[in-house]
Amino acid sequence: MPIRHSPVVAVTRRTAIAGLAGTLIAASSGCARRTPHDPLRLWAIGREGDIAAQLVDAFVARNPHIAVEVQKMPVTAAHEKLLTAYAGDTLPDVCTLGNTWVPEFQALNALQPLDELIAGSSTVDVRDYFSGIFESNRVDGVIYGVPWYVDTRLLYYRRDILQQVGFGAPPRSWDEWATMMAAIKRQVGPQRYSALLPLNEYEPLVVLGLQTPTEFLRDGGRYGNFSNPDFRRALKFYNDMFLKGWAPRASNTQISNVWDEFGNGYFSFYISGPWNIAEFKKRLPAKLKDAWMTAPMPGPDGPGMSSAGGASLVIFKASQRTADAWKLIEYLSEPATQQRLYQLIGNMPPRRATWQTSDLVQSPYALAFHEQLERVRSPPKVPEWERIAQELRLMGERVVMQRVTVEQGTAQLDAKVNEILTKRRWLLARKSGAK
Amino acid sequence: MNRSHAGWWFAAPSLLVLALFFFVPVLAAFAMSLTDFDLYALTDLDNLRFVGFENYGALLREPLFWKSLGNTFYFVLLGVPLSLGLSLGAAMLVNSRVARWRNFFRTVYFAPVVTTLVAVAVVWRYILHTRYGFLNYMLSWFGIDGIDWQGDPHWAMPSIVLLAVWKNFGYNMIILLAALQGIPEDLYEAARIDGATGWQLFRHVTLPSLAPVLTLVSILTMTGYFQLFAEPYVMTEGGPLQSTLSVLYFMFEEGFKWWSLGRASAVAFLLFVLMFAITLLQLRLTRREVRQ
Amino acid sequence: MTRRSRTIVVNSLLVIGAVFTAFPLLWMVSVSFMPTGAASHFPPPLLPDHPTLANYRELFANHSAGRYMANSALIATLATCISIVLNTMAGYAFAKLRFAGRERIFGLLLGALVIPAQVTMIPLFAIVKSLGLVSTYAGAIIPTMTSIFGIFLVRQYTLALPDELLEAARIDGAGEARIFVSIVMPLLQPIIVTLAILTFLATWNDFMWPLIVLTDQKLHTLPVALAGLSREHVQDNELMMAGSVITIVPVLILFLAMQRYYIAGILAGGVKG
Repeated sequence: MPIRHSPVVAVTRRTAIAGLAGTLIAASSGCARRTPHDPLRLWAIGREGDIAAQLVDAFVARNPHIAVEVQKMPVTAAHEKLLTAYAGDTLPDVCTLGNTWVPEFQALNALQPLDELIAGSSTVDVRDYFSGIFESNRVDGVIYGVPWYVDTRLLYYRRDILQQVGFGAPPRSWDEWATMMAAIKRQVGPQRYSALLPLNEYEPLVVLGLQTPTEFLRDGGRYGNFSNPDFRRALKFYNDMFLKGWAPRASNTQISNVWDEFGNGYFSFYISGPWNIAEFKKRLPAKLKDAWMTAPMPGPDGPGMSSAGGASLVIFKASQRTADAWKLIEYLSEPATQQRLYQLIGNMPPRRATWQTSDLVQSPYALAFHEQLERVRSPPKVPEWERIAQELRLMGERVVMQRVTVEQGTAQLDAKVNEILTKRRWLLARKSGAK
Repeated sequence: MNRSHAGWWFAAPSLLVLALFFFVPVLAAFAMSLTDFDLYALTDLDNLRFVGFENYGALLREPLFWKSLGNTFYFVLLGVPLSLGLSLGAAMLVNSRVARWRNFFRTVYFAPVVTTLVAVAVVWRYILHTRYGFLNYMLSWFGIDGIDWQGDPHWAMPSIVLLAVWKNFGYNMIILLAALQGIPEDLYEAARIDGATGWQLFRHVTLPSLAPVLTLVSILTMTGYFQLFAEPYVMTEGGPLQSTLSVLYFMFEEGFKWWSLGRASAVAFLLFVLMFAITLLQLRLTRREVRQ
Repeated sequence: MTRRSRTIVVNSLLVIGAVFTAFPLLWMVSVSFMPTGAASHFPPPLLPDHPTLANYRELFANHSAGRYMANSALIATLATCISIVLNTMAGYAFAKLRFAGRERIFGLLLGALVIPAQVTMIPLFAIVKSLGLVSTYAGAIIPTMTSIFGIFLVRQYTLALPDELLEAARIDGAGEARIFVSIVMPLLQPIIVTLAILTFLATWNDFMWPLIVLTDQKLHTLPVALAGLSREHVQDNELMMAGSVITIVPVLILFLAMQRYYIAGILAGGVKG
């Protein structure tokens, strides 16, 4: 068959088109390559993400040569987004990280140690921080994060409703709390409730568990330890609130507007964090101004513990720009910036200096948080904690929906946690074997 | 000889892409499912262990995996017949000789198929809202009290079926419509002469003629429905009480939420084997039926 | 039943069906023009009392909707262009060019049609990572660049082309590339349009892969951005409806304009496949 053009030539033209396509890909991927001229990347979670850009404006004005790009992560997807970014090598330079996640990202070798930077800094003064919160960022003696704000859970309550049923002060112990919830339930009837403990959050149950002395994990974080009398007591108390009709079996998203419903008296006690001070101030009608208050968590036998939560500022190891990143962290840690953060969205500062300068001292709602901060406890510092906490929440949901008993639930949770910790046990055994 | 080379060169770019981004990953997925690949291993490959079929064993012991499997089957068994029934009904209506504006109706029925799943899931989440949604409003006309569609573990999956049926029935309708139009008119004439009535015509002429196409669309629909993911991701996040957690959602959580990649690969493979087995079974059953 | 009553029954059913089918989309559009909070009432309002563009303004001004839209358009367009070139070449080769192993490879491809794409996703992420393409447009495009279904679609169509045409061109001395570009491609135009629409819509609507691979918010596509936004703004129904409108309307318009080709694609895949 006579063929004048050699097919190889023909194919080269084809390849030219394929090559063009390749160039297109290369061009379109270009924007992901990091160069020193790219802006410094800051990721922030949830509401902090909304206002971080405002806070950073002043930093950029002060350091015109450092451009900053802020991105927001949705709260419910933040953890998985961060892990995906870690797996895909696309972590930012600076990030706000829940302090319970610090051990996890340290185990992944993703965090920059900060001890030297802190030692050389005039802004970040360790002695000025609440020590419990600062220590939550220490893993094996090394500091990996600077606390940005503190977050502990306590009680929001309706003072007026409590008074109507004959109580002048918030509860100090579980027994008192139960008495009050029973009284309120009698008063408000079947359509309303005494308390809201959203089923899509693990914090309420974690806090109740932390109030009892026994640890969640045993043998250095190798096995689950939930089938003990202490945790079962906490879970039983939690379950009772739903069983007796004091709390609705509902998640936050089903209560279409938590703030309005609190104002309507749909529930009178709400376990939540400091940001809701600002939200309630803003969203409740003026006539309810004095109708609500905050109180420290009641404990099993008197004033109780709460979780040592909060967010820390971290630098990821992959960052090429540690110096600039640290500058940004120093700026965000200045008392003036933290005060601004409090004013904008009500986040509690982790430094004493900020507490003194800001209008926090005058806020009656913040008092309870100040008191609670003296009694906080960290959940286990194992990298698997976030997953364990999610399993804890699911178990709690199954118990209050009466799918399993307290005993079955805790036993199932231990089995699940032991499985989650399998790899950790192997790694620890190998480490000690190598020594 | 030269033309043979040309053929290779024309096919090569596609085959190369398929090999690199499809066939290699399939094999790699199987290999991965035999290891405990996780975040620790992602950090340092020394932390990777070969575990044989342990991931599969662990899955079969995992209640949540069985739950997700049960949920997925529930979705398929409820959704596929409903979808097909509605598709067939719509196709017959549009195909009816007395129908007006056929093209208009065909387009309207088909429109949901091309819409973006995430966006219509957002829309349906609102339509199904317990207090402000339109569905509960319509039910209230009949004295039915507000159903907590997405909060009640019993109703969450049916509400997702509702969305899926609405979104998908137009697709099969188009295929069935073409098949209906392909049935020779003589068959109906002959049956009518034998005295067959409307229902008998449907039972003895329409259905048998459609049988091969119906098998095909049911397999297509089923394999599609086994891959349930975006609807629960947007509408319920797998809840309440994990009643809308599908197998694929389970894989996503194991893999891309907790990064247990070995375990997640095992989930993906089990899903694949299951879908494959059911497709084969269905083909064999239909073949036997046709022979009889 | 008389013909007249049948006409009434059939057409009433058609109308009722159309109302139920179209309602969610029409209500979505209507609510998207309501001011914040207007839709959270019982009974739910059908039409806005005071139509407003505020939700759209909010989306584009404060939630970077324009950027996400551009991302979606860019990713879908690139995927479409690349997949047309690759699939047409391969489909033509499998139909009209003889080469060693052709039948065996084609059989393998057909067999692989039953493998769901999700099986490949985890290793695919690892491969994309090793190429440094996580969180890039290229990474998002990779799985849609070529498809077995697309190759199959083109092959079926090409089989119907007369061999004599190609032979005549060869006798006239045209090279294979020349034959492909100036004879085959023009004849394949209808199926190329079909393939283009199918690929564009599939890529635009795709969710799971972009959700995984696009970690950088700046690169999010509309569906990924909308899913994230809807988790944060559960209460803002009006805003969410506006977000759904801008996600759905472009593809809906494209479909309405090119309906014939789209349906041809479904029938080719569904009936012959």
